[in-house]
Formats: sequence, C-alpha cells, structure tokens
Amino acid sequence: MRILVVEDDLEAQRYLVNGLREAGHVVDDASDGEIGLTLALSRPYDSMIIDRMLPKLDGLKLVEEIREQSNTTPVLFLSALSEVDDRVKGLKAGGDDYLTKPYAFVELLARLDALMRRRHPAAVKTRLQVGDLELDLLTRSAKRGETSIDLQPREFRLLEYLMRHASQVVTRTMLLESVWEYHFDPQTNVIDVHISRLRAKIDRGYEAPLLHTVRGAGYMIRARA
Amino acid sequence: MRAPKTLRTLAFRIVLVYVAIFAASAVALVAFTYWNTKRALDAETDQTIEAEIAGLSEQYQRLGIAGLTDVIIGRSMRGSLGLYLLTDAQKRPIAGNLDTWPQAKPREENFIEFDFERRAGGGIERHRARGKTFALTGGFQLLVARDVDERYKTQRLFTTTLPWTVILMLALGLGGGALMSRNLLARLDSINRISREIMAGDLTRRLPLTRDGDEFDTLAENLNRMLERTERLMKGMRTVTDSIAHDLRTPLNRLRNRLEGVLNHLGGENVEAREIEAAVGETDTLIGTFNALLLIAEAEAGVGREAMAPVDLPVVVEGISELYGPVAEEKGVSLEVAPSGTARIEGNGSLISQALANLVDNAIKYTPAGGLVRIAVQNTSAGIALSVADNGPGIPSGDHARVLERFVRLEASRNSPGTGLGLSLVAAVARLHDAKLELSDNMPGLKATLLFAGRMSRRPALAS
Repeated sequence: MRILVVEDDLEAQRYLVNGLREAGHVVDDASDGEIGLTLALSRPYDSMIIDRMLPKLDGLKLVEEIREQSNTTPVLFLSALSEVDDRVKGLKAGGDDYLTKPYAFVELLARLDALMRRRHPAAVKTRLQVGDLELDLLTRSAKRGETSIDLQPREFRLLEYLMRHASQVVTRTMLLESVWEYHFDPQTNVIDVHISRLRAKIDRGYEAPLLHTVRGAGYMIRARA
Repeated sequence: MRAPKTLRTLAFRIVLVYVAIFAASAVALVAFTYWNTKRALDAETDQTIEAEIAGLSEQYQRLGIAGLTDVIIGRSMRGSLGLYLLTDAQKRPIAGNLDTWPQAKPREENFIEFDFERRAGGGIERHRARGKTFALTGGFQLLVARDVDERYKTQRLFTTTLPWTVILMLALGLGGGALMSRNLLARLDSINRISREIMAGDLTRRLPLTRDGDEFDTLAENLNRMLERTERLMKGMRTVTDSIAHDLRTPLNRLRNRLEGVLNHLGGENVEAREIEAAVGETDTLIGTFNALLLIAEAEAGVGREAMAPVDLPVVVEGISELYGPVAEEKGVSLEVAPSGTARIEGNGSLISQALANLVDNAIKYTPAGGLVRIAVQNTSAGIALSVADNGPGIPSGDHARVLERFVRLEASRNSPGTGLGLSLVAAVARLHDAKLELSDNMPGLKATLLFAGRMSRRPALAS
C-alpha cells in the first residue's frame, strides 16, 4: 500500500517511515503542511498519516483542503494536543481516525489496516465466516460447525468487529472505541475479560482456537493457516 | 398561585412604593389645605355672627324688646344670608325669619350647626346654617345664624371625590408601573437569556447594546468586557495545556518509539527484551498519569463545556454496567443497577461515562468477593443523584475529603495498581457540571454520589 506521512518531528517521522516500510508499505514523507498538500494532491495514496500541528499549513487545514478537492483518501490524524474535544475537531475536518501521541506502533498499524480495508469494502455481506465459525448478520446468530452459539448482543458486536477484521490485529483501544464507543482508557483491563468470555463461548472444546492474543498488541481472529 | 412575572419585578415594586408615598402625601396636603380653609371660613362666619349679636344686644339694652323685634323684622326682610330668631323663655317665636328653634345641641361657646328649610322659588330647600344662641335679660332667647349651605356643599363634594381621586391615582400609577416593568423586563430577559447561553459554554456570545446608552447598556458593556477577559483566559488555559501536552508528548513518543524499536530488534525471549518491555509498560503508566492530570486540569478550566449536550443518565449507567459486568462477575462481586426512569441532564456524556467508570472500577476493586456494588440514578428534591455504593471496607469518614485531592491514596491501598487520580477526575467532572461529589458511609462500605443540581436539559436527548 502507498502511504503519505506528514510529520514535522523528524525523529518520529523516521521511525514511522521505517516501521511502515518494514510492514511492506511504500511511503512518501513530508515535514510541513505545504509539501504535504502538494504530495497529497499530486499522487494517489491508499492512506495518509497527518500530524495535527504542522509548520506552514496546519494539519486540520491540510485535510480540509484535501477534502475540498474531493479527495477521499483515508486520513489518520496524529496529535500531541490535549484530547477532550480535539478528536471531534479532527474528525469534523475530514479525518477518518485519530490517534494521540504517544502511541504504540502496533496500534497505528492496526488502525491504518482497518482504514484502508474500510476503503475497499467487499460487497455488502450478510454472513461472516472464519474457519468453521459463522456469523449471520441478518438473524444475529452464530454457530461453529453445526453447534449454535448463544451470544449476548454486545458479544455479538464484539465478534462481528473481530470477524470483519479477520486476520488483522485489533487493539483493545480499537475495540473499546468501535464496540463500546468509549474514548477513554479504563483503569482495569475490562476488554480482556470480555474477550476471555467470548473465547470461552467460541473456542472452548475445539482443537483449533480461532481467537488469538497478539502479545503487546491486541487480538486477532483467524483460522489456522 | 404565583403573581404574574411583571408584578414580581423590582421596577414594579419600586413604582408601587412611589405611588403609595405620592398618594399619601397628596391626600395629606389636600386634607391640610381643606382643614385650614374651613377653619378660616368658619372663623370669618363666627366673627360676623358675634358682631351682629353684640350689635343686637346693644339695641335690646337701648330700645327694649319692642325695639329689638323691630330691628330683627327689618333685618329678616332683607333676604340675605342672615338668619334670625327671637323667642320668649319657652322658645316660642316672637320675630325672625326662622320658624322654629333648631334642635341641634350647642357646641363650643353656644355655637350650633343645623339644617333648616328655605323657601326658594316654588319649593322648599334644606340648607345648612351655622349660628350662635344668646340669652337676653328677661328670659328672651336670641339666635343669629348664617346660611353656609354653599360652603357645606363644596365640602361634601370634596369628601366624596377625594377617595375616587386616590383610587384613580393608584390605578394610573400601577398601570404605568406595570408598563415600565414590562419594558425593563424585556431588557433584563434578553440579558438573562444570553447569560445562560454563555454559562452553558458559548463564550463567544455577547450581550446586545441599544443606541440609548442607558444604564442597561453600561451594564451590558461591562459584562461584555468581563466576558472578553474570561474568553481570553480560557483560550490562554487551552494554549497552555496544549503546549504542555505537545512538549511532553513529543519526547514521550520518541522514547516509546525507541524502546519499541529496540524490542523489535532484540526479538524473542531474553532478559533484555523483558526489561525493555517493562520499560515500555512504565512509559505507558507515565502517559496514563499525564493524560489523567491533563484531563483534570481541562475539566477544571471548563474546557469540556463546549461539548455539552443532553445526556440521559440511565443510558450512561447501562453502558458502564454492561462494560464492567464481566469484570465484577470474575471477581465474585455482584454489580446491580437500580431501576429508574429517564433522568436527563445537560452535560458532556463522554466525561460523565468516564467518571462513572472510575467510580465503578474503584468500587469493584475495593469490594471483596461476595460483595455488592449498586449503581442508582434517583430524582431527588435537590436534583438528580447518580450514585455508586459498595459494601467493601469503605473509607474512614475523616478521610472522605482527603481522597478527593489529587494523588491521595489511602495507606491501606498503596500497593494496588492505579494512578490515584480516579476520584480526582470524578471531582473535576463534577465541578465542570456544577454537580456535587459526595462520599458517605454505606454501612458498611462507601457510597459515592454525584448530585446534579436540578438543571434539567432544555432540549430532548438524542436517541442513542
């Protein structure tokens, strides 16, 4: 995938670019808003990572200008500003996701993956399938093999989100934001408990587990390769 | 039933007092003038009567009863205002233009006031007279009086019209007062309405000015100047927190990046990798504490006010109890939600959720297995109360105020994880919403209550 990184902190930029290249992406970089805008409008990208505070042209303005040119490339904002309502401002300006510094690289990668995949959605699905686990979105029912699984509404949403992002790392923050719609960090790791309950329902008694913990990152649902 | 708003205003009350004072002094002035004039006129009448009596008694002494009779007949014929009656000792008339001796009782110095019938034109009119009786030597009685009917009628007219005049004066005064209060109210209402909007978070609003340049404009100008200052201070606060955030987050970001880089480089399981991982964990704790402090500072500065919207508390409670349910169950603590109807407040939903999450998190953390944590929303007379109660060890009542301060954690819990900022954040969120955070003894356990003053939402809540 082709990614544009606009970041004025050169060390953070180098780290970001290296990390993304290691993950197999093609990366262009810019260290101020004007260069960023020129690049964004002249080349096709699959997604852009843009810092909120940039010299010459502010990150918010940059994204607004890109959006005015009917460019819909997904944008992930990076911000070192305080949080309370900056997220809202960022999303209003046309950003698709918002990550506060300091962030874990796996978090950034996971969100970027989710953004880029959202851009190329397959035909509207009414069934999701991972291995022998099936989720019927119309009847809101789940079954593994021939055994039906009884899920609470929230467990269903959790499983749905994981399965829509099958074979992708999904972080705890992403789950909290997408499944529960909370944008704060609970003191206790509540997500782990929800996951372990879900795991008990879909994986217990089966030889091949589907829901995996990715150490230091989050979770991933995938059938054994 | 309450009086209409116009009648309860200060302007109307001031007008009312003025009208009352004005009416009272007008009545006093008129009454004084009236009494004085009456006294002067009475005195004049009395002097005339006295002089006449003196003259007549002199005639009697000089000419005897026959002479006096002649004089009285003569005077009676003149048909002026003078009234005369001469009688013998048994009050039988001898001469004069009055037919009978009046029944009225003499007042001071033999003066009397009485009504008599006067032939005028074709009929008879009752007139009022004032006169004096005089006993002559030989048992004869003399009455000399004057017809004062004109003056009496004027006086009657005066006493009957005066109350009506006062009533009219009061009515006009009250009407004018109400009109004036309505005008004042319209100005005050606009100032009040806009002040409320500003308090609700829109600091860019200003009070309107008219071209009159009156006291209200001066007031509005001063308030506007104050608002400008407040807005500038708020912006300053934002800039400060933003730059602190930026200046600390940038190096923290680099630190975390470097540690992650080293970790990737090392790979696999070894002592160094574990140490670096622990260091990454410490960085995250540092970031967590920093974020919590920043959020508290912002909430206290009122930064979240712009995002205020109607929030249905039972919906917030449902979300958080659903999020924490499994955590509680895993610990063997029952998490209960007391049933309640809708309870809407104007607030920042995200911050209230976070505050409630902190309270529930704490309650579960400090309640031993088998315990109970209960969340309730209640409409009380003091406002809407959102409470989280547990039956854990509680907090000694002397420490209730202390735990709300930043960083304070009680000795007994020093070793459990957490930043110690949880309750401070709840307190800051409470202040942002003009709510009160109260800690009380749940006998046993701790009960934390967020009391939102009865400031109900004016707009309907968004469907969630």
